[in-house]
Amino acid sequence: MSNQRFDHLRLEKVTRRFGDKVVLDELDLHIAGGEFVALLGPSGCGKSTALNCLAGLLPLSGGGIWLDNKRVDTLPPERRGFGMVFQNYALFPHMSVRRNVGFGLRMRGVSRSETRRRVDAALRLVQLPQYADRLPGQLSGGQQQRVAIARAVVIEPPLVLMDEPLSNLDAALRLDMRTEIRRLHQSLGLTTVYVTHDQEEALSLADRLVVLREGVVQQVGTPEELYRSPANAYVAGFMGYRNLLPMTVTGGGGGLATATGHGMELTGVARGEVGGGPVIVAVRPEDFVVGEPPAGETNRVDVDIEVVEYHGRELAVQARLPQGQALLLRTPTRVARGDTVAVWVPRDHVLVFSDSGTTDGPPAEEAAGPSAGVAGTAAPNVSQARSAEADREHEVTPS
Amino acid sequence: MTSVMTPAPARSTASGRPALSHRLAERGIDRTLLLLLPGLVFLVALFVYPFVYGLSLSFQPAASHKTTDALYNYKQFFHDPYQRDTIWITLKIGLPAAIINVLASIPIAYRLRGRVRGKRLLTTALVIPITLGTVLTATGMIEYFSGTGWLNRVLMSLHLTDVDHPIPLLHNYWGVMLSLIISGFPFAFLLTLSYLSGIDPSLESAAAVLGAGWFKRFRDITFPLLAPGLAMTFCLNFVLAFSVFPSAVLLGDGEGKTHVISIAAYDAAYQEYDYSKASAIAMIMAAVMLIVISVVLFGRAQLYRGSSGGKG
Repeated sequence: MSNQRFDHLRLEKVTRRFGDKVVLDELDLHIAGGEFVALLGPSGCGKSTALNCLAGLLPLSGGGIWLDNKRVDTLPPERRGFGMVFQNYALFPHMSVRRNVGFGLRMRGVSRSETRRRVDAALRLVQLPQYADRLPGQLSGGQQQRVAIARAVVIEPPLVLMDEPLSNLDAALRLDMRTEIRRLHQSLGLTTVYVTHDQEEALSLADRLVVLREGVVQQVGTPEELYRSPANAYVAGFMGYRNLLPMTVTGGGGGLATATGHGMELTGVARGEVGGGPVIVAVRPEDFVVGEPPAGETNRVDVDIEVVEYHGRELAVQARLPQGQALLLRTPTRVARGDTVAVWVPRDHVLVFSDSGTTDGPPAEEAAGPSAGVAGTAAPNVSQARSAEADREHEVTPS
Repeated sequence: MTSVMTPAPARSTASGRPALSHRLAERGIDRTLLLLLPGLVFLVALFVYPFVYGLSLSFQPAASHKTTDALYNYKQFFHDPYQRDTIWITLKIGLPAAIINVLASIPIAYRLRGRVRGKRLLTTALVIPITLGTVLTATGMIEYFSGTGWLNRVLMSLHLTDVDHPIPLLHNYWGVMLSLIISGFPFAFLLTLSYLSGIDPSLESAAAVLGAGWFKRFRDITFPLLAPGLAMTFCLNFVLAFSVFPSAVLLGDGEGKTHVISIAAYDAAYQEYDYSKASAIAMIMAAVMLIVISVVLFGRAQLYRGSSGGKG
């Protein structure tokens, strides 16, 4: 089955339950050959479950997976011929790097000389040819993950699955490896499904993103689509709209909606049905401007500066709205703790979502300081959210 | 060890050299070493001294032998076929028992690694023979396996055997072997299970995705990572089996096929009251065990023994 390119991979109503808990709820997804798709969501959203179902490490509770016209969800993992990169690398500790990378070829009965040639090529691809005879334990984390990637791609699988491959690496290395993975995908063109909880990683790597929440797809689209027009407040929270304020609609029309709450009034672009009543108003920290607005702009409020973090060109600021609600800002304007300043935000940078009762604030690492976020952040989010849920998913292996 | 030591303050004497206490601490010598003292006393009093005493006793033949040859007891042992053969008899029981226990524990532990329903119940059931002790197990076996025991009566009522030919499972080789399996298997199982849980389950997942079926996964991944643990398990089980005494007395035939080396030592000490000879036999017994264990551990040293990634 390897060596075969395919037209599309189809997931139809893929469902996975653990006991009564639905971890993945009727996931429908079409992936074109050569595409790089990221599954994005916080721990426990079902993204690792989806990947394990694709790999065959978890049986489906319902639905089917099709590779062109061939049904694959009924095959055991060893007969699917996919490549997989694990979060903890999962390199065989008792085998040299060369034997690790060659393992899949050996299982396929590839001749010894051919195996040697392809392993050498794969190690050159990940820039580790000089480490072929080392044991994995003698390599650094980044090198180990590169070996794991080489091991997954050397079999030229129709599909490569990556389960948070960068989350065990430190911040600087993660950026390097991100570039490496992108480069590999561009040069090999292997269809890839990539699971991550890091929105930066997903945005920078993927052709298409799938945002999951509690096993349900929230939005599917290109990074730009998701970044520019998130479908709901949950996706918005992932796409850098770190200010998600529950407010009440008081007026609107012509695609705009005006909402009040927290001692201020904001007018923004209405997304979906936002009649009268509770809404979530989403604004990116970097879209706020410190100072008095120009004439005609009404989205203005006075805030008390509480926490200021220096980030070079910008300051990451946590402020308080008049009624005590926290507000995150990024601004090149110098402000100091204790200041009370006016801020404003252009209307087209404010999104107003209907409050379907499912939104409970930013979905990502809520506890992070004012600097955590998406665009404009110098260093990626280092927090390693590994919940018990995600660990549990990994423990369930076929016997 | 080093992590628990209190770092000595870097005091310097007038000459510029660090204080003596500081220099000693850098070589790992400080007051925390005193914590070793009770253990050390215990070790010397209960292990080192009796061993050295027995060793020297074995080189002082009893006066009744009227000899000054220090090696008299050893020469006698190897000269007398009845004595000498106890080594082979014991090996013939101990080696198969340990091998069977280790081999049988692998599939069961393999099935029970990770989270399995009923694991605790099964583990408890398997551990009970350890808590019972050999003598109680032997008594139970006599009830169960004797010519008029449950097993033979069931077989008779099924017409698989008749009253004149009950299956002989007591007072022979198989009685001792069965007893060693019943008492040794739980040890082997628990050890193997803990070694197996020390292997990261994602390694097998990775092998599966790379195209390895269950047999190749076991042969190429799990078994090589488990082998050092199995070697240790074998050694412990072998030592238990080799020093078999109560079950050989209660369930063996005592004289012929199960005249094991520990019985020979017991006879020397408490039938002939020749402590010197008994000590010599005990030393020979220790030497045989040491040889077998050395061979196994040498083989183990050739294997990969590093981390296997799991929660160990």
